[in-house]
Amino acid sequence: MQDPILEVSNLSIRYPGAPADSVRGVSFVLGRERLGVVGESGSGKSTVGRALLKLLPGARITADQLRFEDLDLLALSEAEMLKVRGRRMSMILQDPKFSLNPIQRVGRQVAETYLRHFPVSRAEAKAKTLEMLAAVNIRDPERVHELYPHEISGGMGQRVMIAMMLLADPDLVIADEPTSALDVTVRLQVLNILDGLVRDRGIGLIMISHDLNLVRNFCDRVLIMYAGRVVETLKAGEFHKAQHPYTRGLLAAQPRIGGPRKPLAVLDRRPEWTEEQPA
Amino acid sequence: MTDAAYSPARLPGWLSALRNIFAYLLRSPTSAFGLAVIAILVLTAILAPWIATHDPFTQNLDNVLQPPGNGHLFGTDELGRDIFSRLVYGARITLRIIFLVSVVVGPIGLIVGATAGYVGGWMDAVLMRVTDIFLAFPSLILSLAFVAALGPSLNNAIIAIALTSWPPIARLARAETMTFRKADYIAAARLQGASPMRIILKSIIPMCLPSVAIRLTLNMATVILTAAGLGFLGLGAQPPEPEWGAMIATGRRYMIDSWWLVACPGVAILCVSLAFNLLGDGLRDALDPKQMNRR
Amino acid sequence: MSKGRRRFRRAAGQAVSVAVTLLGLLMLTFFIGRMMPADPVRAIVGEDATPETYDMVYSQLGLDRPLWAQFLRYMGDVLTGNFGQSIRTGQPVIQDILHVMPATIELATFAIVIGAGLGVPLGVLAAVNKDRWIDHAVRVFSLFGHSMPIFWTGMIALLIFYAGLGWVGGSGRMDYFYIGMVPSRTGFLLIDSLLAGEWRVFFSAINHLILPATLLGYSASAYITRMTRSFMLDQLNQEYMTTARVKGLSRGQTIWRHAFSNIRVQLVTIVALSYGALLEGAVLIETVFAWPGFGQYLTNNLVIGDMNAVMTCVLIVGVIFIALNLLSDILYRLFDPRTK
Repeated sequence: MQDPILEVSNLSIRYPGAPADSVRGVSFVLGRERLGVVGESGSGKSTVGRALLKLLPGARITADQLRFEDLDLLALSEAEMLKVRGRRMSMILQDPKFSLNPIQRVGRQVAETYLRHFPVSRAEAKAKTLEMLAAVNIRDPERVHELYPHEISGGMGQRVMIAMMLLADPDLVIADEPTSALDVTVRLQVLNILDGLVRDRGIGLIMISHDLNLVRNFCDRVLIMYAGRVVETLKAGEFHKAQHPYTRGLLAAQPRIGGPRKPLAVLDRRPEWTEEQPA
Repeated sequence: MTDAAYSPARLPGWLSALRNIFAYLLRSPTSAFGLAVIAILVLTAILAPWIATHDPFTQNLDNVLQPPGNGHLFGTDELGRDIFSRLVYGARITLRIIFLVSVVVGPIGLIVGATAGYVGGWMDAVLMRVTDIFLAFPSLILSLAFVAALGPSLNNAIIAIALTSWPPIARLARAETMTFRKADYIAAARLQGASPMRIILKSIIPMCLPSVAIRLTLNMATVILTAAGLGFLGLGAQPPEPEWGAMIATGRRYMIDSWWLVACPGVAILCVSLAFNLLGDGLRDALDPKQMNRR
Repeated sequence: MSKGRRRFRRAAGQAVSVAVTLLGLLMLTFFIGRMMPADPVRAIVGEDATPETYDMVYSQLGLDRPLWAQFLRYMGDVLTGNFGQSIRTGQPVIQDILHVMPATIELATFAIVIGAGLGVPLGVLAAVNKDRWIDHAVRVFSLFGHSMPIFWTGMIALLIFYAGLGWVGGSGRMDYFYIGMVPSRTGFLLIDSLLAGEWRVFFSAINHLILPATLLGYSASAYITRMTRSFMLDQLNQEYMTTARVKGLSRGQTIWRHAFSNIRVQLVTIVALSYGALLEGAVLIETVFAWPGFGQYLTNNLVIGDMNAVMTCVLIVGVIFIALNLLSDILYRLFDPRTK
């Protein structure tokens, strides 16, 4: 593996006024690969993503190390973070219905990323935007450029989102549930576009999801989070080697076509899992 | 906190809810101020004969326009009457306005709104159109017109204010009614053969009461200002009644030399209307579920 | 095709609803006029008229006809612009009102500029600093403006800033010795004095306008502040605020480009509605400042019981309100892309 893009060790996050840490002792290293983060709601997976961008107002973030390429994220000021966000690290949000500004034209919103980080004219930014819209398989970029978000479908909205977040050519993209809000029929299409772009450009990807199957098929490695901790890290092909009872429970609860027609296993949750350190 | 342990179990639901609301309000300095001022207003009105140092109507032409002090806390007016005592008795008038307006406006708004919302159809269309027509006027202007037609007096001012302040309540009651019109317990009542009238009175109106009560509180500041404005224009309470707005109107002529004639009743109006605004603002926060969860 | 038809149907529906509201308005002013305990015939013929004269005027006024016929006649009069004569001035009421209206419009326009200039920034400030001391300070400041009896504040302000400090002009639209100096072409003193090249009159007018307009604007700003704050909070809680931050925009840029620019249309509608509400404050403040406008005309006629003039004033305020409501509705449709 080449130089790691991101090194996280012993990351803890506490929201203002919360009695306990929402994320505790999370450590992982990311290369130019696709890392999945899986967990149920409230397990802290989205919080980790937002902490990397330092977009948790008021929350206390502590870690032994939080290194992104040559930068120590913990030590960066807000002004320095502004140069990182969007340019070197960006995030694809869940639902284009809410994550796109409803009363600005799509093209203008996408171009804003480029204009923010490069000293170019509006015309140049527009050319770049159209190119990127074409890259996410939008057939008629000129037309879509002039549309408002409510005039495009969810699948297209999410492709616009991808275009917006990859436009400035970042090194790391965090995708926070990128397909959960989409129709099942377009999920795969959107994922394939994202996957293709990430591979071609050598971008590191952190895919946050509650969908174990999706992550297993699209990522190289998977972190399994439970109650703010990473309970297990697995290679995508080695799920049969899962050790932790929580992971095994998750796997057992997956329905399979042609599997036995017994009721699915009910997920077991034990308080001690929140305490013990993963092996 | 000895009482906290057993009180939730003993108090009826609405009472403990009320207690929670009070506790919440007292925690914020602004709404606590509002509550305190209103409490003082009520106490002053009840205990007026004991608080007042002089008779509010007794004139003393040897002692006119005295500045504050010398046995007169806020000085005397152009007829030698004690301003402090007049303010104290004026609290009774203010309270009477508030009480009568609420008593008239609450039921009218509730019945119109609940009927429109529950019955729907043309009834809804007609009632809401009437409401819109009343809403098309600023309340002071419409009250002016009513008082002009009815003749100036305190009671007519109260009637005029009531006639102009029911539409927002009706709007609110209608919106509330629409949200639970389709609820199962309403359907159950209907299946048991209850008449629409009975359903509106027994099942719908009680559900609307809390939000209507809040809205009334919020409106009180406007009611007080409108009443004072009518008094100032000589269309509300007539002399020698110690109504605060009317006191300002008569004091106006002596304002340059005797500022206290105007300043004292004005501060009283300002305090009471500010108190209702602050309390209403606090109530809105207290009953906003998002705010409650955050604690 | 169907889009155009839908838009047409919506416009037609709105036109009908405005017409019905206007009809209701007429009915309301008609009935308030009839409620009056004073005898309109007696007011015209005097106390010692013969019964014959009385009866003649009675039927001349149409009072012997059924109520609905009287209403139809009233409606016909209003629709043909005949609002009757003012008892006080002997002129047609509508002419009187057109004469005094510019003074009020001048005052209200200045006031709304001040009110919006105060309310919008304060509302944004409060929303951005929600639940911090700035938010609380803004809330108390604006509730204070909303709670003050404006006729009283006007008197106190005159006492302090005019009689005491001498910073501003006193009552009226200009100093006494300037009255009649500039010909009235538009009725708007600021414009007329500029047209006549009379700078001293212009500055005198500004000097007199500034205090009542500030007070009116301050009282109107409470509502504008509150609405701005709540619109901004709605925006700030949206997911696209996060998107903007992820793109690398600073918090300030996000607030300005994505939150504030999204609420501009809503703000325009709020300001339009506040403009109507200003008329209410104008009635009181004009009395205090001896401002020769609509409000003073209304109160003067109230005192002498000239119901023709009063009801026409009320009707006009109602029409202005409906027009402003309609205007804000149309603005919203025109400028919000989601309604297209």
